[in-house]
Amino acid sequence: MRQTDPTDFVQAPGDRMTRAAGRQLGLYALMAVSALVAVMFLLNALAGLTSSAAGSSRSAVDISNNTITSYLRDEPPQMNSMLATDAISGMVLDHIMEGLLRYDQYGALVGGVAERWQLDGNTMTFWLRDNARWSNGETVTAHDFEFAWKNLLSPSLGSQYAFILYPILNAEKANNGDVPVDEVGVEAVDERTLVVTLETPIAYFDRMVAFVTYLPANEAFYRQTNGRYGADADEMLYNGPFIMTSWVHGASMQLVKNPYYWDADRIKLDGINFAHMTSDASTLLNLFKDNQIVIADLGAEMLEEAMLQGWTLNQFMEGTVFFTDFNHRPERLTSNLNLRKAMALAHDSGELVNRVIKLPGYLPGKTLFPVWLQGEDGSFRDEYPAPGYQRDITQARVYLQRALDELGLDRLPPLVLLTGDTPVARIQAEYYQEVFKRNLDIDLVIDAQIFRQRLEKMTAGDFDLVAAGWGPDYNDPLTFGDLYASWNLNNRGRYANPALDAQVRIAQNSLDTLERMRAFAEIQRILHDDVVMLPDYERGYVYVTHPQVRGIVRHVVGAETDFTNAWIDAGEQ
Amino acid sequence: MWMYTLKRLLQGVITVWFIATATFIGMHNVPGDPLSGERAANEAIRANLEARYGLDRPVTEQYFIYMRNMLGGDFGISYTQQNREVNDIIREHFPVSATLGILAVLFAALGGILFGALTALFRNRLPDYIIMFLVILGISVPSFVFAALGQLSLVNLNSGLGFSVLPVAGWGTVSHMLLPALVLGLGTMAYMTRLMRSSMLEVMSSDYIRTAKAKGLSPTRIFSRHQLRNAVLPVITVLGPAIAAITTGGFVVELVFAIPGLGRYFVQAVQQLDYTVIMGTTVFYGAFLVFMVILVDLVYGWIDPRVRLQ
Repeated sequence: MRQTDPTDFVQAPGDRMTRAAGRQLGLYALMAVSALVAVMFLLNALAGLTSSAAGSSRSAVDISNNTITSYLRDEPPQMNSMLATDAISGMVLDHIMEGLLRYDQYGALVGGVAERWQLDGNTMTFWLRDNARWSNGETVTAHDFEFAWKNLLSPSLGSQYAFILYPILNAEKANNGDVPVDEVGVEAVDERTLVVTLETPIAYFDRMVAFVTYLPANEAFYRQTNGRYGADADEMLYNGPFIMTSWVHGASMQLVKNPYYWDADRIKLDGINFAHMTSDASTLLNLFKDNQIVIADLGAEMLEEAMLQGWTLNQFMEGTVFFTDFNHRPERLTSNLNLRKAMALAHDSGELVNRVIKLPGYLPGKTLFPVWLQGEDGSFRDEYPAPGYQRDITQARVYLQRALDELGLDRLPPLVLLTGDTPVARIQAEYYQEVFKRNLDIDLVIDAQIFRQRLEKMTAGDFDLVAAGWGPDYNDPLTFGDLYASWNLNNRGRYANPALDAQVRIAQNSLDTLERMRAFAEIQRILHDDVVMLPDYERGYVYVTHPQVRGIVRHVVGAETDFTNAWIDAGEQ
Repeated sequence: MWMYTLKRLLQGVITVWFIATATFIGMHNVPGDPLSGERAANEAIRANLEARYGLDRPVTEQYFIYMRNMLGGDFGISYTQQNREVNDIIREHFPVSATLGILAVLFAALGGILFGALTALFRNRLPDYIIMFLVILGISVPSFVFAALGQLSLVNLNSGLGFSVLPVAGWGTVSHMLLPALVLGLGTMAYMTRLMRSSMLEVMSSDYIRTAKAKGLSPTRIFSRHQLRNAVLPVITVLGPAIAAITTGGFVVELVFAIPGLGRYFVQAVQQLDYTVIMGTTVFYGAFLVFMVILVDLVYGWIDPRVRLQ
């Protein structure tokens, strides 16, 4: 039996309305979609003008063109080696330029533009090979080095890395404007002989010469760029394994093999395409999984997936050491040795790395000198083991009580921990806040600042503890060893100890390797006994590479990722 | 009408000047400066750099120099990219952000209007419930989650199918834009759907619709001429600010999809305290926002004749 719905009468026309309106809406939707498609065609034409990778290969390895595709972590500020300060510029420069010396695939120092070199007292002589060419076919001469070095030391250029040339006679004075740059101790005796006079004989000068700031520049070309040297792909001359053919700012960079490179037979790849510029770890992993790039670093949460995919994992110690610096200025509580000792014994860098940061590849910090440094015969850390701190809460509390007695306090006022705004910096700060509160009842106030503001506060001494890091410039323990010298501007906590200064002097001036290594060991001991800083961790990466690409090398000093020795192994699947 | 336009433009110029001045003052009062690097520079090098960028002069003098250059259309040279002009940075990267933004706004506006009208027509029935649930999701979930999720599903789709449906990241063709634009427009689309729904409901229950029905107009005509056209007005109003917000706010999406847009420079400049790039991008974006709002106000008078501009 049919029931009569009293609202039937009202509903029926309403439904008809809705249906008609719905049909109309559907029609509009159709029109909108077709309009969108039209707009997209228009945009496609527009985007072609700002394209990053248009026309290039669509996968990570292009066997027919013998090229690979990778990424850069960020846009390099510029490619002028005299002004470069960052790792990304350094990495690209190591592919497109070559200095007097370079690091080979095993990390050993070998001749680049220089064929032979010799240290004789205060003078270091480099003999250049006659077949090194610029990408316009001109010969790379000793004058190109003299010009580049003197130019970057001239006060008007304001090069931030000029200090790395200071071992050269008069370099520092010229950079300060006290003497003309002509008096700097570098001279092109003839086209193929470069003579460098040093302030004092130093044992590690050859290793400094491999640094990007020591790269050459062709003077005629440099002058003709009108201050835009290195700003774009066509504003540079290249003398390295590759030349840059295009640089779309913020998007991509293309390198092709340099036919003029003297050792071109060594270079197996015909091109490298840096198709993306991003530091987003999950984007990079997605690009790797989609076969768009040949290498990707892995975050902690990505390890499990990498295992599932059956990828081969590689590990690389990137070289930087991270530590928590104390403020040693006398007006600060942290200038009290017993307080620092208490804090050193209350924490555990192993716990910080393995249970808090939990990033693959990180090593717990034990000392300022990282594991990869060379000692006399083998590894520095094998020859002179890091002392490290053993957690001992009872002893820590004894030291704290002594500190309180010396300071005449009942209870310590809160200490300020200055740190950065990255996720790792935050969890590390929270870890310290928690362990010092739990074990010593010390309150830490976390002062998280963006990079420049943190630098400002570090320089001004506006902190009790500060999370800091130090990366190497050259492959010698001195790149870390002189950090706490009283005259070093990067010694932001103003630690001053004549005993340590004396050891730094020995390490700087001695030509005897054993004597130098003993000086570094002594510095290591002083840093430990005086609790100058708390070692946090050494940064490393776990990364995966494309199975068809072999010979990718990662350097601690020099190109972080080095494709110059890479080749495509087409047989591999 | 012309007087009105002129007046609004003048107000706009004053607003932009205010933005520029406030940014300048704020920027110079933040501790730190663009010249400090990881390796502490000695005083001679610092002094040289300060002289080159004119930072050694008093701040008021710097302000007047800056304003004079800005009037001439010169935003100066970046501190971090020491041989690129800010003008170049804006010229090269804004079109990318704008293209992405336009597409995102198109997605948002068309989707918002369609779904909004749909939910109003089917109020308290299944389509309404489903769409409104999605809308709440779209408003409350931040864009980086959608970006990451979208990218991940694309990777899985590509590897599942064995060929590349859409590129995972990068820039160059319209296929690179689809997913980022959709992700970027999703929040605005959700917001516009809600706006459209309430406005449509209000219109549907208004007297003139009943009159139109009583007059015997066809349902199609009532819907398209009377309901949709009137209901869409609030959506048009928010379109201007939405375009500006989407075009300027794409930083996260640009980062995840490795898109060379201006958003990256906008955010990184602040982190690096790159004075000239901060000023350039802020003033540029500020002017863009002001212009969009004025434009929408003018267009509004054209769409709705009841609004008389004076």
